[in-house]
Amino acid sequence: MSPSPSGLAFAEASLLARARRRLLGDGLARACAALLAVVALACLLGPFVTGHPYDRLYYDYPGVPPSLALYPKPEAVGPALDRLALRMRVRAEDVAVTGEAVRLTLASDRPIDDRVLTFFSRSDTFGEARLLGRSEDGRRLTVEAPLRALRFLAGTDALGRDLLTRTLTAGRLSLALGLMATAVALGIGVVYGALAGTLGGRVDAAMMRLVDILYSLPFVFFVIMLVVFFGRSVALIFVAVGAVEWLDMARIVRAEAQAIRRRDYVRAAEALGLSTGAILRRHVVPNLLGPVVAFAALMVPRVILLESFLSFLGLGVQEPATSWGVLIADGARSLETAPWMLIVPASFLVASLLALTLLGERLRDALDVRG
Amino acid sequence: MIPYVLRRLAQAVPTLFIVVTLSFFLVRLAPGGPFDLERPLPAAAMENLRRVYGLDQPLLVQYGRYLAALARGDLGPSFSVRDLSVAELFARGLPVSMTLGGLALLVSLVLGTLLGGLSALRRGSALDHAVTTLGTFALTVPGFVVAPLLQIAFGLTLHWLPVGGWDDGSPKNLVLPVVTLALPQVAVVARLFRAGLVEVFDRPHWRTLRALGLPPRTLALHGLRGAALPVVSYLGPAAAGLLTGSVVVETVFGLPGVGRYFVDGAINRDYTLVLGTVVLIAVFVLVLNLLSDLACALIDPRLRDFG
Amino acid sequence: MRRRDILAGFGAASFGAVPFGAAAPARAAGPAAYRRGNGADPETLDPHKTSTVAEATILLDLYEGLSTYGADGDLVPGAAAGWTTSADGLTWTFAMRPDGRWSNGDPVVADDVVHGFRRMLDPATGAKYASVLAPILNAEAVNRGAMPVDAVGVAAPDPLTVVIRLAQPTPYFVELMAHQASTPLHRPSLARFGDAFTRPGHLVSNGAYVLKDFSPNDRITAVRNPHHRDAAGIAIPRVEYIPTPDLAAAVRRFAAGEIDSLEDLPADQVKALKARFGAGVVLNPALGVLALMVNVRKRPLGDARVRRALSLALDREFLADAVWGETMLPAYSLTPAGLDNALPPPTMAGRDLSPLEREDAAVALLREAGYGPGGTPLAVELRYNITDNNRNTMVAIADMWRPLNVATAFAATDAKTHFAYLRDGGPFDIARMSWLADYADPQNFLFLVESGNDGFNSGRYANPAYDALMREAARETDLAARARILYRAEELFLADLPWIPLLHYRHKHLIGPRLRGFRPNLRGVSPTRWLSLA
Repeated sequence: MSPSPSGLAFAEASLLARARRRLLGDGLARACAALLAVVALACLLGPFVTGHPYDRLYYDYPGVPPSLALYPKPEAVGPALDRLALRMRVRAEDVAVTGEAVRLTLASDRPIDDRVLTFFSRSDTFGEARLLGRSEDGRRLTVEAPLRALRFLAGTDALGRDLLTRTLTAGRLSLALGLMATAVALGIGVVYGALAGTLGGRVDAAMMRLVDILYSLPFVFFVIMLVVFFGRSVALIFVAVGAVEWLDMARIVRAEAQAIRRRDYVRAAEALGLSTGAILRRHVVPNLLGPVVAFAALMVPRVILLESFLSFLGLGVQEPATSWGVLIADGARSLETAPWMLIVPASFLVASLLALTLLGERLRDALDVRG
Repeated sequence: MIPYVLRRLAQAVPTLFIVVTLSFFLVRLAPGGPFDLERPLPAAAMENLRRVYGLDQPLLVQYGRYLAALARGDLGPSFSVRDLSVAELFARGLPVSMTLGGLALLVSLVLGTLLGGLSALRRGSALDHAVTTLGTFALTVPGFVVAPLLQIAFGLTLHWLPVGGWDDGSPKNLVLPVVTLALPQVAVVARLFRAGLVEVFDRPHWRTLRALGLPPRTLALHGLRGAALPVVSYLGPAAAGLLTGSVVVETVFGLPGVGRYFVDGAINRDYTLVLGTVVLIAVFVLVLNLLSDLACALIDPRLRDFG
Repeated sequence: MRRRDILAGFGAASFGAVPFGAAAPARAAGPAAYRRGNGADPETLDPHKTSTVAEATILLDLYEGLSTYGADGDLVPGAAAGWTTSADGLTWTFAMRPDGRWSNGDPVVADDVVHGFRRMLDPATGAKYASVLAPILNAEAVNRGAMPVDAVGVAAPDPLTVVIRLAQPTPYFVELMAHQASTPLHRPSLARFGDAFTRPGHLVSNGAYVLKDFSPNDRITAVRNPHHRDAAGIAIPRVEYIPTPDLAAAVRRFAAGEIDSLEDLPADQVKALKARFGAGVVLNPALGVLALMVNVRKRPLGDARVRRALSLALDREFLADAVWGETMLPAYSLTPAGLDNALPPPTMAGRDLSPLEREDAAVALLREAGYGPGGTPLAVELRYNITDNNRNTMVAIADMWRPLNVATAFAATDAKTHFAYLRDGGPFDIARMSWLADYADPQNFLFLVESGNDGFNSGRYANPAYDALMREAARETDLAARARILYRAEELFLADLPWIPLLHYRHKHLIGPRLRGFRPNLRGVSPTRWLSLA
């Protein structure tokens, strides 16, 4: 007896409904999902809100530690002015710093070109300067310039780029890479495994033999070579990584497909003359949902970690793009001198991976047909 | 069983052949060669070197020569370590990697089953949650972050252990690298073992056995048998990875293992070295997978499908 | 690999090498060995096959050329007691030391030198550094395989005399004789062991130290050569060269007292290291330059005005201080200051302008060429090999070019791909290039962009006037006149800027409290022979 299409749809729906019920009733799963949503949203929208472009170099602020305080700090205004004056080839005199602005006199032995004032707005410390007065001989200019109020909540990197913005921007790429590679692995693995498991016999043996051979190919070597070949295109590398990572997927799917094929209703469907394609579509695929979804959720973290390993080797994502892996590899190297460069991206990475992994496990339990 | 083992080993030969062939052409088609240095070599020096190493021959001839040498067990001379052959490099590095990997394996097995077992017995307890969460944490922190942290904590701050170096395998020098290697493995083993036990506990016949009042030892043995399977089948490939070294641990701790040759060889286009590591790792994977399959069959008679 | 052997090895290793409970060797309490951090492992200890800086450090301890380096990095007599030059500068006569000994007691004779040179130039040796001997008569022809090895212009008329004939006058020839590649050869050990003569136990050398043990990626141990003429004056009995593949980890090992000195530092940590180790951090000028090589065959980069504009817009001080943590110096010339046989280098136009004037000048130059703000954006691709500092440097450079309306794309590849791409004449725009000189002579920098030097001059700069000056300098025997000619050549270079010099290298050392006698020098050599431990 074969289940009618509507009966099947009912079974499917009830499985999903039960899974949803289970997940919703699970506090940890809810927390993980919420955390992931927050991280994803922050990565998507955060860079627009932080007030810093992710690739802007603040030449005055390389390696600034995280802080709520506004920059420039009052005591830093004097030295910054001196540096600026040096670049303008003038002397800074009668400096008076108020809360939001600085008033001073620029002095030189030669008449001063007004255009030097553009240096104020070009520096990271001051805004657009206003000319208040000029001496007769043009050798003294009285100037007022507002202080630029910058905040680096998570500090800056060695080039003075805002670390929070970079971490969020990096998160977009890391998560996207994880999803992309997983999608590719999923696509290949499910199709390959389902085919092998359903067709069975010699075809299955040959297909699984290929999987065994690919298993004994050292994976890291493979990835390094891929990076060498496709170094310019990160996306391509991770499509390729996905194309290598499908082996586990194929094995899991094949085992499930075999088990399902042995079940009575599938045999009955076969006896009734349903085509292989129809059996695949109606019976095998729905039953695979649980393990496949769970495996996918666990694979995203693996891919993200792989990217960070490549970054440790210097083969990760390249400028101007950045990823959590790149930031962490950078941070691990300057652990003693600038610990925030490690802590900030690492906490984002660990939090997301933790949530993904835990959620993946809960998802597997929830979708377990037997449970 | 012996015919089965022999057949598996015989199957390994074509597998190895395919792996070597694929890797050979992959690495040879990569841009750049072993002698492309920051300081470009004069044309004459480049010519001479290529001739000395036989790189002036057509690629297929080189491939044939490599295969012929490999069949004799000769892995060839290294391009980047000109004084030693690839086999000599392995002979020196492998004991180091295997010591580290073997110890890490041991630690993860003991600690992993212990933690996994405890959390399965006390399902839902604080301990269970702690093991799960910390385990996931250990899995998500990259080794190149863990290693420097350990160095700073135990080497520089507490002065308990050396920061790095091999020092002829002195036990003190092994601790931090082994911990770094074992950390994620402990987590995996604990998780697999816990899941395995939980599944056994949930089976209907387990409840029956308990209801029958079987002695605890028999029960434990029965439970272990079911839970050991996933661990053992995981350990096959994992052991292959651990025993053939880790580039991160060896680089950060400055250890003379073979794990670095893999990455260094690929990056330096040291063709023979990288192919040698490919062969080495493939052999480890094949043998250890076979061993883990045999162990599984030993544990669960139903898997004795040697036919 | 035979599996059984591997498993046997595992057994031996885990039970033999891990004596639990056994006391660890007490190495922390002031060992007699000098543990010398040495970058990477050597590729070889065969002096005729050498190519890396890490090898130079070891080989200069193990071997001694006709000349060698003193405590200050100056050139002093080595295996030769002294030398004379003919008036035309083409014939050099070296008098060997009568008390020169190999580490097994054999005397070092003139024939050892002759055979060392022949072996190095023999095509069958595959010497990467054969070019060190290029000034010798027929050396290049021999290395090409066009002449037999005994055609090299070196002879031993008697056991204590080496006569070398050169193809052209070479004022820096004595320095070439101190190079780790131009060492004599102990013929009996080569005859007996073949290429395996470099193994511990086989290796017979004539320097202050002799190889004791070589454990790849772990350490190389050398001990005092008892037969060295100055054995009594060598303070350190034993030296261990320790590779440091991870610089940050190496600094940690240094801080823990496991390494006595480092020859490289993580640039991004230098400021913190100075605060931590004070005078232990030593930075001093070196013989190297980091530059952007421009492909002058490509429009509009073939226009010198464009190259000058790009150069003017760079803030080299920011690169040197923020990106490289003062481990580099801003470069306004190709050659660094302080070379032998040289005038102080000329400087690039615009160095003394204020940044504003520089930018005005850059914009004006670009406008003349048809680009610049408000005009057509200039799109360039920056090609570099991936390291942290390279990446940060290139990012900062792209940022500095932005006000000029230059849109910079990056092409970052691994090192091998980068160098092979340039060697094969790939169509790049601008590429990162660095050069560490072999000898302290301006010629060793200026030859880089001679036309026909395709190995280095991948941008294919070809200026007949420049080439003519270089040829004239090569013929000139009067050192002062030669220095003036080379100065004029560099002025041409700086006007054309086929390479845009960015930074000059500095040697970076971290010197531990036990080490005495270290003297920083331009060449960055400090043979262990001159050092001591407190």
